[in-house]
Amino acid sequence: MADEAPFQFLHNEVIQYIYKSADNGETENGRNIAKLENMGFRVGQGLIERLTKDTVRFKDELDIMKFVCKDFWTCVFKKQIDNLRTNHQGIYVLQDNKFRLLSQLSAGKQYLEHAPKYLAFSCGLVRGALSNLGVKSIVTAEVSVMPACKFQIMIQKM
Amino acid sequence: MSRQSNRTTDSKKMNSELFTLTYGALVTQLCKDYENDEEVNKQLDKMGYNIGVRLIEDFLARSSIGRCQDFRETADVIAKVAFKMYLGTTPSVSNWSPAGDEFSLILENNPLVDFVELPDNHSMLVYSNLLCGVLRGALEMVQMAVDVKFAQDTLRGDNVTEIRMKFIKRIEENLPAGDE
Repeated sequence: MADEAPFQFLHNEVIQYIYKSADNGETENGRNIAKLENMGFRVGQGLIERLTKDTVRFKDELDIMKFVCKDFWTCVFKKQIDNLRTNHQGIYVLQDNKFRLLSQLSAGKQYLEHAPKYLAFSCGLVRGALSNLGVKSIVTAEVSVMPACKFQIMIQKM
Repeated sequence: MSRQSNRTTDSKKMNSELFTLTYGALVTQLCKDYENDEEVNKQLDKMGYNIGVRLIEDFLARSSIGRCQDFRETADVIAKVAFKMYLGTTPSVSNWSPAGDEFSLILENNPLVDFVELPDNHSMLVYSNLLCGVLRGALEMVQMAVDVKFAQDTLRGDNVTEIRMKFIKRIEENLPAGDE
C-alpha cells in the first residue's frame, strides 16, 4: 500500500532532524532518544483514542495488551505482533519478527548500533497508547537480529 | 474473545492519521526548537526536500509512469496520481498562467491539517510547508527546477488550500568531464 510510504519517509526525516540538531555525545544520545520517545507518546495517545472509540470496554490488562498486539499493531505497523509473553506480574514482552521500521535497514550487524533511534518513536507510541487506556508503563525495545525486535512493557502500578 | 469491528475499512484511514499526527508532533517540536516561524518554515521545507528526492523513486516504481511531455502533463500526474497515491486526496489543477509555466493545486481537504488549529502567536507559520519541499525535491530529481509555495491555506482562514507552482527551468545533466 502506497500510503504507508509517507509515514516511513517522515519518520526517517524526524530521526535525521533530531540527531542533526545536536551533536551526539553519549548524554546527547539519551536526550535525543527521549525526544523521539516523547513525540511518539503524543501520537500514540491520539491514535488509540481514535482507534478505540467504537470498541467495547476492556476486561483487564491482558485484554488491553491483546488489543495493542492485534488491532493497534496492525493499524500502525501493518501486521500483528508475532508473540506476546507475560510473567503475569506486570511485564509483557511483545515480539515482532519483521518490524516495519527496521525492515528497510540492512539485516546484517552493520547498522545494529543505529537500531535504537529507529525504535524510540515506536516505544513512545506504545507507551502513549497504553497511557490513554489507563495503564502507566515503561516501554523499552531491544534488537538482536534485524529486523526482528522485542518490546518490553513494564507496567507501573499506580 | 472476539472484538469485531470494520477494521479493514478504517485501517487505511488510520494510517493517514498516523502520518498526520506524526507530522503534528514534528511541527510542535520544531516550534519548540526555533524561535521564529520563518525558521520553522525553512526547516519544514528542507525536510520535505529530503523526502521528495527519495519519494520520487518510490513513486516512479509504483506508478510506472514515464516521462511527461510538458508541464501540463506533469501537473496532472502530480494531482491525479501522486497526491491520490500518497495523501488520498485529489487536488484540482487550475489558474494556469498564460505562458503555461505556472499553475495552482487547489486542495479541498488537506489531510495534514486534520486535527490542527493554529494558535494566535504563530501567524507566520506555514504549517504544511513540508509539501512544498516534497514537490520541489521530487521534481528536481526528474530534471525540473520549480518554485513551490502556499498561496492560500485553510488554517489561516482561507476557503481552500492553494499551492502555487512555477516552472523555472529544465536541469541539464552535467556529466563529469571525461565521463561518457
